[in-house]
Amino acid sequence: MFLNHIYLIPLFPAFGAAMMFFFGRRLQKATVNAVCVGAVVVAFLFACFTVVDYNHFAHGTGQPFEKIVYTWLGSGDGHLNFIKRDGTPSAFNADAGFLLDPLSAIWLLFVTGVGMLIHIYSTGYMAHEGGYYRFFGYLNLFMFSMLTLILANNYILMFVGWEGVGLCSYLLIGFYFHRKSASDAANKAFIVNRIGDAGFLLGAFTLVWYLGSFRFTDINLLVRSGHYLIGDHILTAAALLLFLGACGKSAQLPLYIWLPDAMEGPTPVSALIHAATMVTAGVYMVARSNAVFVLAPTAMKTVAIVGALTAIFAASIGLVQNDIKRVLAYSTVSQLGYMFLALGVGAFAAGVFHVFTHAFFKALLFLGSGSVIHAMSGEQDMRHMGDLRGRIPITYKTMFIGMLAIAGIPGFAGFFSKDEILWQAWTSEGGAYRALWFVGFATALMTAFYMGRLIFLTFFGKPRMSPEAEHHVHESPKSMTVPLVVLAICSVGAGWLGLPHSLGGTNRFEKFLDPVFAKEAHVMQAEEPKQLAAGQKEEERTDPMEYGLMGLSVLAAVVGLGAAYRSYASAGKDYPEPIAVAAPPLYTVLYNKWFVDEGYDYIFTGRRKVGDVRLGVLGAGEASAWFDSKIVDGAVNDVGWVTRAVGTLSTWWDKWIIDGLCVNGPANFARMLSYPARLFEWGLMQWYALVMVAGLIGFTVYYVWK
Amino acid sequence: MVPITTLHYLVVAAALFVLGTIGVLTRRNVVIVLMSIELILNAVNLNLVAFSRMWGNLHGQIFAIFIVVDAAAEAAVGLGILIAFFRNRETTNVDEIDLLKW
Repeated sequence: MFLNHIYLIPLFPAFGAAMMFFFGRRLQKATVNAVCVGAVVVAFLFACFTVVDYNHFAHGTGQPFEKIVYTWLGSGDGHLNFIKRDGTPSAFNADAGFLLDPLSAIWLLFVTGVGMLIHIYSTGYMAHEGGYYRFFGYLNLFMFSMLTLILANNYILMFVGWEGVGLCSYLLIGFYFHRKSASDAANKAFIVNRIGDAGFLLGAFTLVWYLGSFRFTDINLLVRSGHYLIGDHILTAAALLLFLGACGKSAQLPLYIWLPDAMEGPTPVSALIHAATMVTAGVYMVARSNAVFVLAPTAMKTVAIVGALTAIFAASIGLVQNDIKRVLAYSTVSQLGYMFLALGVGAFAAGVFHVFTHAFFKALLFLGSGSVIHAMSGEQDMRHMGDLRGRIPITYKTMFIGMLAIAGIPGFAGFFSKDEILWQAWTSEGGAYRALWFVGFATALMTAFYMGRLIFLTFFGKPRMSPEAEHHVHESPKSMTVPLVVLAICSVGAGWLGLPHSLGGTNRFEKFLDPVFAKEAHVMQAEEPKQLAAGQKEEERTDPMEYGLMGLSVLAAVVGLGAAYRSYASAGKDYPEPIAVAAPPLYTVLYNKWFVDEGYDYIFTGRRKVGDVRLGVLGAGEASAWFDSKIVDGAVNDVGWVTRAVGTLSTWWDKWIIDGLCVNGPANFARMLSYPARLFEWGLMQWYALVMVAGLIGFTVYYVWK
Repeated sequence: MVPITTLHYLVVAAALFVLGTIGVLTRRNVVIVLMSIELILNAVNLNLVAFSRMWGNLHGQIFAIFIVVDAAAEAAVGLGILIAFFRNRETTNVDEIDLLKW
């Protein structure tokens, strides 16, 4: 019964957003709270009941529940028909349809759950800020878009949600739009996202041109039918294009640059959008398209490599950042890299599990940092914090739990999910991805170090803040601390859902997701029957290697935390950065984020010139301007010149040929003729007489000679 | 001594004729030109008389009388024109009588 009204789930926050749009200005804060936070709470409860309904419906088979509300694009009369690649006609159909299967159920629960907690937190955090109703309106609009994205049954409706979350990201990052840095960051986020969106659309259209449908159920059916070979070129192209979209939305290597700048937005925004929900949209989309990706090993390899490289790259930058939110931003990029690494090696369930646990502990860390910033009266630089653990105990304790979770300490959520990913990276495809295990291992070491650094600099050591700030340090209100506690509990508990066999559990999480991912096992087994397909837990006994690797990753976490403790736990006023001391050039490179933004400025945007030449978009603009003024205008000028030349030629022709030759010529000729003729009328009498005599002599001579 | 034949008379008449022609053509003074015209006419007279002696009849001589009359009339008219012109232009230079031109 709840299942049949699944379309209501996105509509609750949409209603909240609409209310804010029309009436928000006039409403009291309490009313805004009631409407917007209430909408998300209702959505969460509704989602819970819906998932319970779904379990009854599916009885554990994982059969997807699809409800099409109406046909949005395309229709029966076929005026949007097109020809597929193999020449057969097909109808363009994109409906407003909702799909619920284990994958979207998981996302639905944590998106609404974490969203609800963050809405409650925001009532406390944004209490003293202006634009209260605008903030909640945007936040609700975001929830609507994200829920549309998750529950969509086809790529086009998913794209509506995809664009919607991008839009809300822009609106919320640029919430304090009076600050140029904030509006610049919002622009950057949206524009970089757009590049990914182009990839998403091209990928979706490639699939519809090749397969004939946008719907996930149709595509899965077609692709898993065995009709298409592994390594199919068009499916590989579609998968790579879709992954480009995911890179943009989930901040992977070439397109991650917007996420650190997105910290300009208020902290709840960073928590919700850039930690728990929007950035996971890319992972969701790739997981949803797993049938296509499995048939494209090249694409999977690309996903894994890009994910691993992003993980270690972002972690290296996070080691030396001083802004507390920026460290967390790079941490998010790094953890997203882990998720894509998992998806790339074929461990889809492990990747989704990491999304799930990461949502909790990253939201916890961000909200906790918001609490710290609130306590520090707006200070975000860790160099000016210190010794806060006694003064803001709840924040400290919850953030400490969050740090343990992300570092991968056993018992906390991050350990189980990260370990699962590393184990799958080691074993997948008979060990083909072992090199990536090392990358993941190094990243885990760095993660532990920088998270330890964050906690120790903020809460331990000697106070490094100004005296007035120190005076104002106070614990946050209940509206902020209660969500922190809830998230901390989840950061511990969520991990146990995925307790692997090796540690005595049944990995219920992975079993829940089996129906979504396991079908591709048939395809992979057809090719290599000897190796274990990803996601299938056939073995009942565990490889002792798994314990060994587990031990290594725990060792990495402990070593990282220990090193951070040694360097930062007693940090005083001008504490030394160990990396800066050991290798100053490396520190400079890392502190400047590997100069990627500057590099992009040189190559892609063209805001900085390379020597005398301007490359990139602005360079293209400059080149176009040059082309227009020199060549096009030159052509116009040349045409003008030619016209003038023709005019000159015409003038010459008219003056010398027409006038001179044709008009004056005969006149002059006549005048020439007149000269002899004049002689007949000279007026000189003696000349006349001479002519007469001459004529006479002539006649005489003529007749004498005759 | 050479006997004087008709030819001699003709040659003298021709010589006078040429002289008169040259005078008409080259002299500047209008009066001299008129006199030269008289000379031409008289040369013709001489020619006619010579031929009259040769043929032995009077035809030539009668014609000569006519020409004399004609010459006189012509001279009178010519001088009248000259005087009219002189009153107008104050010159007897034949080169300056060029009003009847293009």
